Amino acid sequence: MLYIKCPYCGMRSQNEFAYGGDASVKRPELNKDVTDKEWDDFVYNRKSLRGKHIELWHHVSGCRQWFKAQRDTATHEIFKTATMNEEI
Amino acid sequence: MQKYSVFSLIKNAFSDHMNWEVAWKDPTPKKEYDVIIIGGGGHGLATAYYLAKEHNITNVAIIEKGWIGGGNVGRNTTIIRSNFMYDANGRFNEFGMELWRNLSQELNFNVMFSPRGIINLAHSDAQMNAYARRGNSMRLNGIDAVLLGREEVKKHIPMADFSDDVRFPIFGGLMQPSAGTARHDAVAWGYARQADSMGVDIIQHCEVEGFNITNGKITGVRTSKGEINAKKVGLCVAGSTNILAEKLNMTLPIETHCLQACVSEPVKPLLDGVVTFGAGHFYISQSDKGEMVMGGDLDGYNSYAQRGNLPTIQHVLTGGLALFPFLSRLKMLRTWGGIMDMSMDGSPIIDKTHIDGLYLNCGWCYGGFKSTPVSGWTFAHTIAQDRPHELNSELSLNRFSTGYLLDEKGIGTKTWIG
Repeated sequence: MLYIKCPYCGMRSQNEFAYGGDASVKRPELNKDVTDKEWDDFVYNRKSLRGKHIELWHHVSGCRQWFKAQRDTATHEIFKTATMNEEI
Repeated sequence: MQKYSVFSLIKNAFSDHMNWEVAWKDPTPKKEYDVIIIGGGGHGLATAYYLAKEHNITNVAIIEKGWIGGGNVGRNTTIIRSNFMYDANGRFNEFGMELWRNLSQELNFNVMFSPRGIINLAHSDAQMNAYARRGNSMRLNGIDAVLLGREEVKKHIPMADFSDDVRFPIFGGLMQPSAGTARHDAVAWGYARQADSMGVDIIQHCEVEGFNITNGKITGVRTSKGEINAKKVGLCVAGSTNILAEKLNMTLPIETHCLQACVSEPVKPLLDGVVTFGAGHFYISQSDKGEMVMGGDLDGYNSYAQRGNLPTIQHVLTGGLALFPFLSRLKMLRTWGGIMDMSMDGSPIIDKTHIDGLYLNCGWCYGGFKSTPVSGWTFAHTIAQDRPHELNSELSLNRFSTGYLLDEKGIGTKTWIG
């Protein structure tokens, strides 16, 4: 069982959250030419590394806010959580 | 190589089984190989075996970080099937079924392939229609499929909850009678023993630390046992694919996730085949030892931990209890996890890469074990001929950028949502 600190509600158990994937993925800007490679990287390609991973979580059974977390993908230690407009 | 038979068994019994030949050697790596396969799991071992057998390439090394068969080939729930709707997946896996049927004889190693059938349960008219469509697609590709009504399902699994007031009443199911199970470790060991006997070097406890690439062509690998040169290198590392891809400066349409399974204490035979309860995120079979073998969802977030979390096990078993109430009286014996290379469309990738002489075999998601023979067979062909075989031509790496996805399950790019 993971315990995740929602930036709005504090420490809650994993059951209240839904996972949202890699938070470092950036959607290509719309008002410029976007290459196929950029779309490919945005939609499909992921680094998914072992170690520190910045990811999205959704406090779906709580305040329903999305936020960011920095977690180790091998040990599951959560180093930091932050709201969406904060740097992590 | 010593042939295994009832006679060799009796003969060795007289010497208290102290004089069996080693099944595979423990060589020190040579300076150079024609082909290096990274990853000594089922797929890597099978690839080396078919390189030697089908293509006469025997100057081959398998490099394994841990010990052979210690990853997903030792951690799966041993299900073998080819019940796919898309032509590319169906034909690929049905070719694999042919290899399975003769595998024990071919490897002179009893892999205990047992075609006892698989039933996917349906819980609505719409799902029955979808299964009828999938079954018809399978039959057009020469794969056996039978659409079962509620009463026919009841004959196969009378102990399931067939009452009307359940959340997911059983309407029927799609059965592939020729699907089944096999002894997973024996598959790895059988391939290893045969590959070794044909001259393949199986190098264990040797981690790949980097790749040597000159002018866009692979020339070798750097390992914990020194540099080893190779003309060609094949990656068969499942859950470690992303780690090696980073060393190659590649990003792949793959995420790494943990998938768990569990077994109960052994009981007398009560479940003949494999039953999947997709609506309850649960599937089950009974092993030859009598244990109920169960699994379900991914843990739900990127993971390299080869152990899982309890909320997922609880979720899976809740689904299991809804279908088979008798499970409540069984004790859980073991749970374990393996790390999956989850591709973005749910289908595998067996292809060349942009680096000359580097080949990729990954993206097996929930079902790598069933494809072990055909994966090795087609990957060996891809490496030996430097082009994909017809069977794996659609399992390409560029299908994501070109839009020719094999999205059999239609789950999109959220790989953790099963």
